Amino acid sequence: MARMTMIEAVRSAMDVSMERDDDVVVFGEDVGYFGGVFRCTQGLQAKYGKTRCFDAPISESGIVGTAIGMAAYGLKPCVEIQFADYMYPAYDQITQEAARIRYRSNGDFTCPIVLRMPTGGGIFGGQTHSQSPEALFTHVCGLKVVVPSNPYDAKGLLIASIEDPDPVIFLEPKRLYNGPFDGHHEKPVTPWSKHDLGEVPEGHFSIPIGKAEIRKPGSAVTVIAYGTMVHVALAAAEETGVDAEVIDLRSLLPLDLDTIVQSVNKTGRCVVVHEATLTSGFGAEVAALVQQHCFYHLEAPIVRVTGWDTPYPHAQEWDYFPGPARVGRALVDVMGA
Amino acid sequence: MTEFQRLSLHVPEPAVRPGGTPDFSNVSIAKAGAVARPPVDSAPEDIRDLAYSIIRVLNREGEAVGPWAGFLSDDELLTGLRHMMKLRTFDARMLMAQRQGKTSFYMQHLGEEAVSCAFRKALRNGDMNFPTYRQAGLLIADDYPMEEMMNQIFSNESDPLRGRQLPVMYSSREHGFFTISGNLSTQYVQAVGWAMASAIKNDTKIAAAWIGDGSTAESDFHSALVFASTYKAPVILNIVNNQWAISTFQGIARGGSGTFAARGLGFGIPALRVDGNDYLAVHAVSLWAAERARRNLGPTLIEYVTYRVGAHSTSDDPSAYRPKTESEAWPLGDPVLRLKKHLIAKGAWSESRHVQAEAEILDEVLDAQKRAEAHGTLHAGGKPSVRDIFDGVYADMPAHIRRQRQEAGY
Repeated sequence: MARMTMIEAVRSAMDVSMERDDDVVVFGEDVGYFGGVFRCTQGLQAKYGKTRCFDAPISESGIVGTAIGMAAYGLKPCVEIQFADYMYPAYDQITQEAARIRYRSNGDFTCPIVLRMPTGGGIFGGQTHSQSPEALFTHVCGLKVVVPSNPYDAKGLLIASIEDPDPVIFLEPKRLYNGPFDGHHEKPVTPWSKHDLGEVPEGHFSIPIGKAEIRKPGSAVTVIAYGTMVHVALAAAEETGVDAEVIDLRSLLPLDLDTIVQSVNKTGRCVVVHEATLTSGFGAEVAALVQQHCFYHLEAPIVRVTGWDTPYPHAQEWDYFPGPARVGRALVDVMGA
Repeated sequence: MTEFQRLSLHVPEPAVRPGGTPDFSNVSIAKAGAVARPPVDSAPEDIRDLAYSIIRVLNREGEAVGPWAGFLSDDELLTGLRHMMKLRTFDARMLMAQRQGKTSFYMQHLGEEAVSCAFRKALRNGDMNFPTYRQAGLLIADDYPMEEMMNQIFSNESDPLRGRQLPVMYSSREHGFFTISGNLSTQYVQAVGWAMASAIKNDTKIAAAWIGDGSTAESDFHSALVFASTYKAPVILNIVNNQWAISTFQGIARGGSGTFAARGLGFGIPALRVDGNDYLAVHAVSLWAAERARRNLGPTLIEYVTYRVGAHSTSDDPSAYRPKTESEAWPLGDPVLRLKKHLIAKGAWSESRHVQAEAEILDEVLDAQKRAEAHGTLHAGGKPSVRDIFDGVYADMPAHIRRQRQEAGY
């Protein structure tokens, strides 16, 4: 076991995968010699050579399009999109090509690619470096969507994603790259080295895609979150003292409905938290499923705590970000309902 | 201060519209045999003129002349003629089948048969095409069974794609034919990626990208040229300039650049223009580009100058936007008739053998159609199962799709 940040865990996952399988290639903007703007690919070019880890032209559609072609050939490209916000020029290649190739060719061609994208806010990135576009992917059949909340999961899930035979969108919450975030922007980030989930095996291991994890058992209310919001939810539960059960979805598509239903049927209350905007966000899907499957067990309306329906602001970032105070209010409200 | 006139927008227009007299006087055509054949390792800047001229082999008399001639034997040419005739007959039958309601849609190749049929013969087994909807000749010339193509067109119970794709959107890994997308130009950059992968693995296979003149305006075309140029990918970048993107003439996508081939020059990619209705010229130029790719010299861009004689698809009416006689006025002639004339002039073929071959090919196509229709057509007979809707979205069916399949009763 070693103590790793999420950046190191992501890097380790690619390292282990490249070492085990010559068909794994890593490319994207600035990922080669420099090691990526967040240093996730640092050292990979030196170790595996520049034909297995290389810089790409600034053309997201080109990056994803060529990755699709490489996958059709038989490689397993693990691509970095520098920020999730930059994926829009590649949206057609992702949603109508990568996602569909297996289906439309009846398995004649497949598309085992991983698209890593730093996602979410909390680093003063403004409108175009803070987005959480997961709902734009979970609406697309043929994709898998994974969001880790800690280094251990990041490595295990990324290895599973690289080994997955289908295209995986791997959203890395950049607020969590260096340590868990407790939701209070005035406090420094605690490094992962002081956290249990910063302990990550150095070799190969994987975590199955499609399985949620209960981060904190509880009996009064189920809080459903993923990525950065898992830590915000845990902080809110601690600060309010509400006996919340916090579920970390880890994978949004496919979704672990069983874990959700089991928990809400037990607690009778449900709060869904995400950083993305409210309207048509992934929380709407979760709320609809909970309503459909847990209706007779619900003792209060399902509540969503999310980013506002506005673009992500720069100076007012901490008023946008759903912090423990907002989640805590929702917990107290839902208990009183 | 200088006074300027008010600005005005320039919107290009074709030389003639319905009711007018077809006019191709603006198409500058080099004499057959007149364009040089440079070594395959020529620097792109040394062969810039090839992006503006038109490489031709067959002259008006049906003779094969010049430095691009002599790469095919009589037997190979006779096979090529047969492929083009087969594609034309196949098209005619499928067009009729669409009119009879046996399928929803069809796209024919009339006038463009030489491009895909001749190109296929420059590739080897294992090479991969990333085609558009108008390169079925790649399959015909590789002897992919016509019955399978028809099963796909009819979306019947034997459709290899289980009813999921529009007619003519074939897929065959075995025959080097990547699954076709309805979204334009996406395949162009994918082809470059496939070629890069072959180079990464130190393989010997090459890729071919295909696009029409209109879709060169899509950003993926430009992305593909950047990636191909940057990594010197072993890929042939084909542009089929058939003059028309549905109703929009090629001048709209081409803009101020002299030719589509010239697009390659800015990327440092050798670019050639070829007479797309000349089977021998298409083959020779394809072979030149394939050899470059195989020698690790990188990409080549080829513009095939041709004419879409038929409608864009069965949902199109070209008489609404161009003169009905325009195709007859096309100065580069008909690819089937030109190769036929050449073979007759060489004494390797005759009118009577041609008539006989036409009858044989029609029998072959009708026989394939009969067998395909026995498996059903779009609205009659056997069809893929409703279960096929749910299979194959992922390698393993996730629980939510399984629940939906059960809800549908399967």
